[in-house]
Amino acid sequence: MLSARHLPILAFIAVVIGVQFLAQLTGKEFFLTQLTMTAYYSLVIVGLCVLMGFAGQISLGHAGFFAIGGYTSAVLTTLDLMPQRERTFIALLVKLKVIGVRPDLYGGTVLTIHPWIACLIAILLTIVIAYAIGIPVLRLKGHYLAMATLGFGTIIYSIVLGTQRFGAADGISNVPPFQLLPGLSVSGASGARIQNYYVAWGLVVVAMVLLGNLIDSRVGRALRSIHSAEDAASAMGVDTARYKLNAFILSSVLAAIAGVFLTHFNGSIGPSQASIMKSVRYVAIVAVGGMASLWGTLLMGSILNFLSLRGYFGIFDDAVFGGILILIMLFSPEGILRFNLIGIAKQFLHRVQGSKDAA
Amino acid sequence: MFIELFLQYLVAGLTYGTIYAIVGIGFNIIYNTTGIINFAQGEFVMLGGMTAVTLYGFMPLPAAILGAVLITMVIGALIEITFIRWLVKPTVVRMIIITIGISILVREAALCLWGEGVRSLPYFSGNEITALAIGEVRVSPQVLWTLGVCTVIVILLNIFFRFTMLGREMRACAANRDAAALCGIPTKNMVTLSFILSAGIGALAGCVVSPITYTQYNIGTGLAIKGFTVAILGGLGNSMAAVAAGFILGILESFSIWVMPTAYKDAIAISILLVILFVRPSGLFGNREMLRLKEF
Repeated sequence: MLSARHLPILAFIAVVIGVQFLAQLTGKEFFLTQLTMTAYYSLVIVGLCVLMGFAGQISLGHAGFFAIGGYTSAVLTTLDLMPQRERTFIALLVKLKVIGVRPDLYGGTVLTIHPWIACLIAILLTIVIAYAIGIPVLRLKGHYLAMATLGFGTIIYSIVLGTQRFGAADGISNVPPFQLLPGLSVSGASGARIQNYYVAWGLVVVAMVLLGNLIDSRVGRALRSIHSAEDAASAMGVDTARYKLNAFILSSVLAAIAGVFLTHFNGSIGPSQASIMKSVRYVAIVAVGGMASLWGTLLMGSILNFLSLRGYFGIFDDAVFGGILILIMLFSPEGILRFNLIGIAKQFLHRVQGSKDAA
Repeated sequence: MFIELFLQYLVAGLTYGTIYAIVGIGFNIIYNTTGIINFAQGEFVMLGGMTAVTLYGFMPLPAAILGAVLITMVIGALIEITFIRWLVKPTVVRMIIITIGISILVREAALCLWGEGVRSLPYFSGNEITALAIGEVRVSPQVLWTLGVCTVIVILLNIFFRFTMLGREMRACAANRDAAALCGIPTKNMVTLSFILSAGIGALAGCVVSPITYTQYNIGTGLAIKGFTVAILGGLGNSMAAVAAGFILGILESFSIWVMPTAYKDAIAISILLVILFVRPSGLFGNREMLRLKEF
């Protein structure tokens, strides 16, 4: 049963496949590496889009959740339990296949937690933290909400940067591949480029289908009503606190999943993933995409992230994002896809007229 | 010995506290006239310090500081005129994002102009190892300069807001913008003036602490978060309370080194910020009923 609602998803899948063939045909397979990373960042961005554009809650701390996911997975999968293997608890876990033996880089063997388990723990941890942070933070509005989430992001950043276990400024490297199924694993191996590309964009497709259904449902309408008038929504019987919290947790979990996968793909994670600039960048892309537009956000996020990862912006990388942020917010707060030149010109003329009248 | 160490930490805390207080006051001045939190507030402190260091190459120290303050004031005015003045009733989220964008642009421009290097002005009197002994505590003269200059700033601001016509007009604007406009006060110019003022005091503070804390292109964000903490802790919009809150934060931070690794020092300020936001968003000295009436 196909309907108009499925068209964007089908078009999106076609584009994903088309881009892969195009890269193959033009001999630019190495683009797929950055495209894969772009997909994971897009996952964070569409999640944030639901929170910012639909529920109307700004978050300047989403790089923190990305880092929680990535670092949890990195720490757990690189933690060598070989010395403790005699303990009954560890032995039990080995029997349950939660912990497995794998060869390390130097030819030895290490006993580490399976990435699937690490991923689940990372998601659970993110839910717990998002829940604990979300309840007090989402009671705030406007500047207070922005500063509180910025504060949360800064705390995660300084914890990551100041803790030896997290590799301090160096981060964690030698993160093993994430074996999803036998023969299919998330890793940076150049032979596995195409399958990784499809794993990453497949995740984005799944997220888009789920989020698309969500915002077209009763929940989506409730979130939008919170955005336009929280008091009115509350008066109509919408449990605003619960909906805001759930949107916050949902977007945090998407960020954490992106963190887990990208960490395994890169084989490492560093403190820059938790930095404020990353959080601001996510917000910038949601703003450019038009806040309440999943497809606009996905499109602009993919383009900007890909250009940035390929290094087209050079040393002006951060400046470009800062500039885009200002330009969009000044001239087209509805997003670049709804840029309204005539409207702005009219508004400008009107003001010039107005000041002439006043004079 | 214990008492000496205690006092030494106290002095360090007061020094940082005054800077936080000045940034906090800068937040309050702009918030009062516009209802905007200017996320680029910390950048003014950085610009002040950096410009003064550059100007010091060509002219004596007092002239360099004066020049730096004036240049930063002009930049503050330009920022307001270019990005904020002509917006018609912008939403809060829009303003937050615009000022964050401005802070990124200023920081990146500073990176291009001055590079990543750490710079500082020379000590105003004496040098790095000069110390005045007050009782058992040894204090660098620069600390006294910092405390002195910040005290003067606070006193002058108080006089300005209380006894001059311009200051009163700004306060009228803060109390009720529409009513002030009806009385013939040019509210838009008051907003520009508030940016100029808070850029100026930020720059001056940036100059006096430069010898102690050093200046780098990226110090702005940290200062902005701490300044905001101080502004909230005192009660948003209340400049005098920000001074007290600044001292509280500075001293707490300074003593936190006793019990925690230095790497986590910044987390102290932010934890205080979060706790205050959750428990008492009107601030220590603020009024709950008034908070409800404010738009933010």
